[in-house]
Amino acid sequence: MTSTISNSAAAATTDKNSRAGIEAAGGLWSDVWRRFRRNRVALAGFYVVCFLAVIALFADFIANDKPYYLEYRGKVYFPIFRSYLVGMGLGHWPAELVNVNFKKLEAAKAIFPPNPYRPSNINLLEPLESPSGKHWFGTDKLGRDVASGMIHGSRISLSIGFVAVGIAVIIGVMLGAIAGYFGSWVDLMVSRLFEIMLSIPTFFLLITVAALLPPSIFLTMAIIGMTSWVGMARFTRNEFLRIRNLDYVTSAIALGVTDRKVMYKHILPNALAPVIVSVVLGIAGAILVESSLSFLGLGVPAELVTWGSILHEASTTTFAWWLAVFPGFAIFITVLAYYLVGEGLREVLDPRLRGLR
Amino acid sequence: MSSYLVQRLLLLIPTFIGVTLIGFSVMHLAPGDPAELRAAGGLGGAREGAISRNKQGSVDEALSQWRKQYGLDRPLPIQYAVWLHNLATLNFGDSFKDNQPVWQKISERIPVTVKLNVLSILLVYVVAIPLGIYSATHPNSFGDKATTLIAFVLFAVPLIWAATMAIVFICGGDFLYLFPPAGLESLEYSSAWPLWRKFTDQAWHLFLPVVMLSYDGFAGLSRYMRASMLEVMGQDFVQMARAKGLPARVVIFKHVLRNSLIPQVTILASILPGLIGGSVIIETIFSIPGLGQLGYESVLARDYPTVMALFTVSALLTLLGILISDLLLALVDPRIAFGRRQQ
Repeated sequence: MTSTISNSAAAATTDKNSRAGIEAAGGLWSDVWRRFRRNRVALAGFYVVCFLAVIALFADFIANDKPYYLEYRGKVYFPIFRSYLVGMGLGHWPAELVNVNFKKLEAAKAIFPPNPYRPSNINLLEPLESPSGKHWFGTDKLGRDVASGMIHGSRISLSIGFVAVGIAVIIGVMLGAIAGYFGSWVDLMVSRLFEIMLSIPTFFLLITVAALLPPSIFLTMAIIGMTSWVGMARFTRNEFLRIRNLDYVTSAIALGVTDRKVMYKHILPNALAPVIVSVVLGIAGAILVESSLSFLGLGVPAELVTWGSILHEASTTTFAWWLAVFPGFAIFITVLAYYLVGEGLREVLDPRLRGLR
Repeated sequence: MSSYLVQRLLLLIPTFIGVTLIGFSVMHLAPGDPAELRAAGGLGGAREGAISRNKQGSVDEALSQWRKQYGLDRPLPIQYAVWLHNLATLNFGDSFKDNQPVWQKISERIPVTVKLNVLSILLVYVVAIPLGIYSATHPNSFGDKATTLIAFVLFAVPLIWAATMAIVFICGGDFLYLFPPAGLESLEYSSAWPLWRKFTDQAWHLFLPVVMLSYDGFAGLSRYMRASMLEVMGQDFVQMARAKGLPARVVIFKHVLRNSLIPQVTILASILPGLIGGSVIIETIFSIPGLGQLGYESVLARDYPTVMALFTVSALLTLLGILISDLLLALVDPRIAFGRRQQ
């Protein structure tokens, strides 16, 4: 079985980090951060991850067809901020600004974001334009700005990555903890379930479910999460199996601490290290799967622009190289950054684990 | 060995039932059953006659008739039992799309996908094992670090990006025309061609899909190989071999290599499921008539019998891969006994 690989590969590695010296002040996490920082490549990955998070967070301020600041008919507006208020139901658009094209307002003074388009702005007069100062990464078949689509697409990718992995962690850690803690027949049953999940052609199941259910981001998050928890469950189980037999756990049980408390208060914090690594790698995996799904036209609604959906257009309009180069590179850099962070964390947190998957 | 084989085969049964049960429930609990889809005109095939008949009768009547025809009027557990029973005779039913027997459609396409996947597995091993040997014999050298880094970066390249870039830049768009963008053979391919011409034509068409399916496997396998070799190199018998004056070459290839190849066969089991998923993408992009493309088309057409059959076949292939790698492991390493399997 595959578990024998990780065992033998783990035994293969002699690692200097196994000291896991937790030095005096600050505790485990500041120590982890201190040692993580020493690995420059992983640190670079971490900065890329932060950069992408900032872009996703401020997508509306980087690419938007509304201006930051607008002087119109003697009044001052902040349309982007106002659109948030309107979205939350706290405000409304003044009559002269309802459904207007802000770029065509006459005698208006406005400051636009660096990329003055939204991914949904269709402009049939500018289809498939190559990159220029006006459209950084060109336009697609419907004249939508690719750069804007990518900036807003990063939101979809990252949120799917995080939520899907969140679901996977909840399922995986619970099942793994139960299997590892109770052992015997519970473990046998749960391990059978792991084996079943490992034998399922996951991607095929994913495209089936994605095609059968109505397209929706939330369903995509859920199904990716529900098919990707096995790795985490196995790590958690193995850690629980190991820690359960340590003296401090035995004494906690002897003192009459309830099972649940032993599991989640005493064992779990010590079992988290390998889970954290697989969480980071899992985010990359979920982003990859999401982009493959939307590449195949499944999962997210068709009108939503994602990195995968732009790539799909590239595979049919092959002269439009900009549709292939930029969104693919975005997926690549994102995935690579998460992998680097994950590998860096693995070295710092868990010297016994080796191998890429 | 034979008792081990029997035990392994018996253990496959509950796993297989579990896998198909999950697939079956997913497909039948999803909203909208095939009869409704057929009524809505969502299904092709024998629709014409059915719809004209439908015009006279009520829609409900037609629905219940179709449900009966597909066996959908029975409770789910019984439907599953019937499906299992039919499976035993390789009867996957008829496709909803064109009313052909599903098994016929699948068996036509199995060779293509198996060819692709076997070639990619071979390529992964042929590239990654020497890389791993090089890295382990030159640990922490520039070459070691560079190959590890390149393999790692390749591992992060998304398949859909690599394939799209290939289609755009080297498959005869506005740029280079080095490889064909689609299909498995040239249009003018004929069986009358001399052997070498058939071979080069096929190789030319297979090259890109096979490379695409395998490049992300290099990193994992070469690193396992490196770790495994370093482990063996640290053992006493290798020191002994060195101490008695054997040339480094003999030590590496005769003593270390043999022992460190053992765990590598198990990687096969972890590569296989990924390959099947990759086939869907690659066969769709390069229009290769294999199982992956059939799966994608059937999923879009909601052709339940075909989808379920494909799901089963790829689950079987995965289970088979795991079984084969376990057996290989037991074969090369007699210490591995069924009862003492480490977990």
